[in-house]
Amino acid sequence: MSTRRIRGAAVTAALAAAVTACSAPSGGSGDGKSAGSVVLGVASEPDTLSPLLGYGKDGNSKIFDGLLARDADLRLKPALAAGLPKITDGGRTYTYTLRDGVEFSDGEPLTAADVVYTYRTALDPKTNNTFKSELDAVKDVRANGDHQVVFTLKYPYAPFAARTVLPVVPEHIAGEQDPNTGSFNTKPVGTGPYVLAGWSKGEKLTFKANPRYWDGEPKVKTFTMAVIGDDNVRATRLRSGDLDGAVLPPNLAATFQGDDAKRTYEARSYDFRAVTLPTANQVTGDRAIRRALDAAVDREAMVDKILDGAGRPAYGPLPVDDPAFTEDIERAKDLGKAEKILDEAGWKPGKDGIRAKDGQRASFDLLYPSGDKVRQDHALAYASDAKKAGIDVRVESATWEVIEPRMKDDAVLAGFGSTGDPDFGLYTLLHSSLAGDGFNNMARYDNPAVDRALDDGRRGQDPAERESAYDKLQRALVQDPGYTFLTHIDHLYVLADRWEGLNTQLEPHEHGFASGPWWNIEDWQPKK
Amino acid sequence: MARLAGRRALFAVPVLLVVTFGVFAIAAASPFDPVKAYAGTSALGADQQTLDRLRENLGVDQPFAARWWHWLTSALSGDLGHSGVMRQPVAQVIGERLVWSALLCAVAFAAAVLVGTLLGVLAARRPGSLVDRTVTSLAYTLEAAPVFWIALLAIWLFALQWDVLPAGGLTDTGSEQVTPGQVTSHLVLPAGVLAVSQLPWFTLYVRQGVGDALAEDPVRGARARGLSERTVLLGHALRSGLLPVLTLIGSRVPELITGALLVESVFSWPGIAAATVEAATAVDFPLLAALTTLATAAVLAGNLLADLLYGLFDPRVKLSDM
Repeated sequence: MSTRRIRGAAVTAALAAAVTACSAPSGGSGDGKSAGSVVLGVASEPDTLSPLLGYGKDGNSKIFDGLLARDADLRLKPALAAGLPKITDGGRTYTYTLRDGVEFSDGEPLTAADVVYTYRTALDPKTNNTFKSELDAVKDVRANGDHQVVFTLKYPYAPFAARTVLPVVPEHIAGEQDPNTGSFNTKPVGTGPYVLAGWSKGEKLTFKANPRYWDGEPKVKTFTMAVIGDDNVRATRLRSGDLDGAVLPPNLAATFQGDDAKRTYEARSYDFRAVTLPTANQVTGDRAIRRALDAAVDREAMVDKILDGAGRPAYGPLPVDDPAFTEDIERAKDLGKAEKILDEAGWKPGKDGIRAKDGQRASFDLLYPSGDKVRQDHALAYASDAKKAGIDVRVESATWEVIEPRMKDDAVLAGFGSTGDPDFGLYTLLHSSLAGDGFNNMARYDNPAVDRALDDGRRGQDPAERESAYDKLQRALVQDPGYTFLTHIDHLYVLADRWEGLNTQLEPHEHGFASGPWWNIEDWQPKK
Repeated sequence: MARLAGRRALFAVPVLLVVTFGVFAIAAASPFDPVKAYAGTSALGADQQTLDRLRENLGVDQPFAARWWHWLTSALSGDLGHSGVMRQPVAQVIGERLVWSALLCAVAFAAAVLVGTLLGVLAARRPGSLVDRTVTSLAYTLEAAPVFWIALLAIWLFALQWDVLPAGGLTDTGSEQVTPGQVTSHLVLPAGVLAVSQLPWFTLYVRQGVGDALAEDPVRGARARGLSERTVLLGHALRSGLLPVLTLIGSRVPELITGALLVESVFSWPGIAAATVEAATAVDFPLLAALTTLATAAVLAGNLLADLLYGLFDPRVKLSDM
């Protein structure tokens, strides 16, 4: 009898303890929540949290820091390094001196050996990452004492410093296990402003402020990334107060216009949508056709109609907001010019209004990945603009498995865009040596003038020299547009209005997890 | 009974072997590329050299039969291998998720059986009455409604309009610990939707079974002897009317698994179903094989359970004859 009572009491006590164990502030109602915790809804989660396999390689990882980081204007600033690198030996040697007193969140000090381990493992062919080729210029990395790291490059590579935002991992933990499958992938330890508190795969990741952070403990003490793949469900949960913020497509972001407690952030981006025009194809390989298409598309209308104004017309791979953008290549839709180009090149209209030359009809297939509504809309608008100039574009949706073998012959509605340096996105997109290499240079574009400009931009040490190279490149692209660049799309975020001075960076094609108004969540200040 | 179970277990071995081999074969023949799936979106910017290197490292070029044999031998020695797409050991993936899926399915299933029986009996009591017509038409309507649609409707009604239940997840998004109270409140909607999707079958079967039993001689005799309606209904009609339902329980397991798949994805429930989809599209052999084995075992166990129950409850069936 008494034992039963004791047992009952024990169970009650345990239950009570379990219920009160919830230390986090409970969500639910949208009002009166503290500014010390944030819940964000994103569309996808990383496959791994190990930088060795690519997590946070472009910066903004909250668990880790790189040698360098980027500010709001994407300028490089020192992070784990005490200053920007010393570049010697004609741009072949980069020397970084580490900041003093940085500790990993487990209390171990950061040393040059950790940095060397990180880069050597990332470069190891046995490590299953996809970004090894981005560090292709590195010949060797070595430690010079505990506080200096020296990179030796195979060739002078001007944008190299921008690659060193790669997060640094602790050798004493990651070095003990297989980088591909070890527990570090799900239980990472870094030097960053936050530590991982929990990861329920497919549901959410929770982060807690790191009291040891070298730049001071953040004001936002906990934040959660809820993984919600469906746009509508994400918007729904934001409306119900379950989320404080979310990444949303333009049409759903517009539904929060009247909500005073929330703000919408429009992030400009490098994320472009373009049509690849394969060189091997009889029609799309023809320069007259390419130039006519470029003149016939109505970019302004695409931005207004498809993106609800949340974007910019794309006149080339670089967005109009980029400092390296050549301003005088902006061009409006000019159907008359398109027709004139085609007439002069001998593409004559046939009975059905479609042009032909030497028995070849001006007609080609345009593929887009199925399920992507924004790309579908772009593809259909493109086809209707082309038809007005007498070019027949047959739009077709397919999975990447189907698209890939057809990339060399058929046009694809592609989306790319890298931040950091013009070289990162342009070299892989346009250089003839990478034609048809995986997903690089999908159109197999081959233009000696562009190749030369890419090489000059890559190797030049003088900023003015590099700028003029990218200027030449953009002009050459207008003369022979192997891609029809359509739009740069804005990324939209809706967020509860509880913090001061939030902003967004110019964002890459990949977004939501690392970019968004939360790119610098460690700096957020609660509203007074 | 033990002999039946033992025989079934022996029979399960070749079935599991064939099924896992079949999964390897189908996955190898599928158009999905494991390398692209492994690399995810970053593959769309990768060069050929990188893709080739991954292909070699992941060992996906070996013939599937060899990979299956390799998987089988290590699985038998207790090593389920690593999941490429989750970047975790398979045992860990399953360990983390199985409990949540099991909880969801068990609660939904129990609710569906209980409510289905209740409604079926109510409807069978007076065939053609208002209650019967309402229950039957409701069952047919629900049978036709897709699960994901019911799920979205439930979110809209309970989470958005009335704000009484959370819209998804396992716990409140902002909380850091898993507490029984939170899990319970988050379980109500997904389990309820899954139960509702299973409900029509049970209801209609029970209604049919009990209705038939009520028209049989033993019941007529019992009524003639002046036994109360309650005794007749519960003691005679229900007992023989529920027999078909017992066999149904086992055969509903596959349905339940596919239903759970949709419900889990709509409600962001961190269960095993979401992992199955990912493993399939990523051609993640070790994880896919383990999950398929699990699903097959669940189906076989369901069937065995149905037969055992049948033998226990139906005096006409001898387990020794099965």
